[in-house]
Amino acid sequence: MRSDARPPLALTLAAAAGLLFLHLPIVLIFLYAFTIEERTYQFPPPGYTLQWFAVTWNRPDVWPPLYLSLRVAAVATALALVLGTLAAGAMARTRFFGREQISLLIILPIALPGIITGMSLRSAYAMMEIPFSTLTIVLGHATFCIVIVYNNAVARLRRLSGNLVEASADLGANGFQTFRHVILPNLGSALLAGGMLAFALSFDEVIVTTFTAGQQSTLPIWMLNELVRPRQRPVTNVVAIVVFATTFFPILLAYYLTRGGSETAGSGK
Amino acid sequence: MSMTPAVEFQSVARHFGTVRAVDGVDLTVAEGEFFAMLGPSGSGKTTCLRLISGFERPTAGSIRIFGQDVSRVPPHRRNVNTVFQDYALFPHLTVRENVAYGLMVKGVDRRTRMARADEMLALVKLPDYGDRRPGQLSGGQRQRVALARALVNEPRVLLLDEPLGALDLKLREAMQDELKALQRRLGITFVFVTHDQSEALSMADRLAVFNDGRVAQVGTPAEVYNTPRTRFVAGFVGSSNILPPAFSTALGGPAAWVSLRPESVRLVPWDRSVHRGAVRDLRFLGAGTRVQIDMPQGELAALVPAGLPLPAPGDSVGIVLAPNALHPMEGEA
Repeated sequence: MRSDARPPLALTLAAAAGLLFLHLPIVLIFLYAFTIEERTYQFPPPGYTLQWFAVTWNRPDVWPPLYLSLRVAAVATALALVLGTLAAGAMARTRFFGREQISLLIILPIALPGIITGMSLRSAYAMMEIPFSTLTIVLGHATFCIVIVYNNAVARLRRLSGNLVEASADLGANGFQTFRHVILPNLGSALLAGGMLAFALSFDEVIVTTFTAGQQSTLPIWMLNELVRPRQRPVTNVVAIVVFATTFFPILLAYYLTRGGSETAGSGK
Repeated sequence: MSMTPAVEFQSVARHFGTVRAVDGVDLTVAEGEFFAMLGPSGSGKTTCLRLISGFERPTAGSIRIFGQDVSRVPPHRRNVNTVFQDYALFPHLTVRENVAYGLMVKGVDRRTRMARADEMLALVKLPDYGDRRPGQLSGGQRQRVALARALVNEPRVLLLDEPLGALDLKLREAMQDELKALQRRLGITFVFVTHDQSEALSMADRLAVFNDGRVAQVGTPAEVYNTPRTRFVAGFVGSSNILPPAFSTALGGPAAWVSLRPESVRLVPWDRSVHRGAVRDLRFLGAGTRVQIDMPQGELAALVPAGLPLPAPGDSVGIVLAPNALHPMEGEA
């Protein structure tokens, strides 16, 4: 029920305060990327400069983590797109014993605390004597990236009339043709949204990564280290802006692509 | 003459767990026939249709289409096409691409298939709608597109699942005539499923009445209407009186369950007949009026054609039955 009555003033103020509390610090992070004073972060900044962008650009230790993060996110997303779509297809299409349980198991990594996922993966790698590498990070990220793609695909498939697949087969299309000409075109935007969301989640993931990366650092882990022992502090803020942009715009786009549907854009870790 | 039947069911069963959706059905549909499968929801008629299209496999028995056993043939390899109940048009394709879909997956080149699609759209009287999307069409138009899409593959059997169910009454009657005309023109075997008895009676050459996963009766509309084999058929088709044995013998009929068409009951002044009752209720139906009469053995309905004098509620009336009006049936419900 929509109510026409105005909410009480106190509630309005509390809500506004809550939103400010959540979002003001983000603005501050952006602000300090431009400060001329790097020691104490005094507020308000005594002056503004763009020099930290140039400094960041020229810092050799920023680039390998950035490349690694992009590579991991891209591979994990690609993996998730294939496996998540296949899993969603199987779930949408057939009824079998244990179907609900398997569905739950697929979704579990997103509900599980990252620290559990990380620890269990680490011990699994140790047991199988798999050395840490980019691949081990990718696998860790794929666990929750698959869920994002899967959720989006399952929701879209549910909205697709089941008769469309039957109509296609009825008209003579084999399974591959039906997938290519009917399912994929209708699934397209959901997969794009799921993929971007998965990319964004992977790009800023910290917890699982700390357990599954060896000596390598992804960008968020590099930032974490920088915060602990800072050197040219505003550089971290510049990188934060990069991370923010890389994750925020895909999520925003995913939100618009799946608007009106029951896909789970924006839900996740 | 011994023509191969278009569709032949031999003791076909389809069970879903403990549910016997189809339970021992024998059916023969002749080539070029307009065949209706009539029954209430859950009677197995739709499952039978899906057994022909291939979306269900029989648990037992065999299904032949033009003599070929199709029990193991998947839907996309059957020369049978379906008009789905919700039409199932592809929302991302234009109307023309929808109609051409069957040709596309067969590998027919683009120019030929688009030309064929336009021919089919002309056939269903939608020549200028090729560039639209299904979402921009009315229900009746979608139905025609679904029909054109199913016919483009030149199926030997066309299946229609409650094809007129989603249309309003006026459109429905127009589509009934059109479907019938189309079927005559193309000479294709049509098998259609419906729960609407008047639709089945007016359109079909022959029909099968389904009840509880079995075929209760197969015959021409006249046979099924005039001589229902079971109480169920009499009750489902038309609006017969279904009278128990005692009532039947009181009216001079056989000692069995009988059906009695209301139009076979004539009203006379009460002192002109030994069978008398009191008028309870009148219902005007246009071409006639249905008169509900309380008899000593129970209730009876008579149909008085328009123009004849009508009794008033509470009047005593006598009834006279047309010769052989009491038709005995199998007692099973």
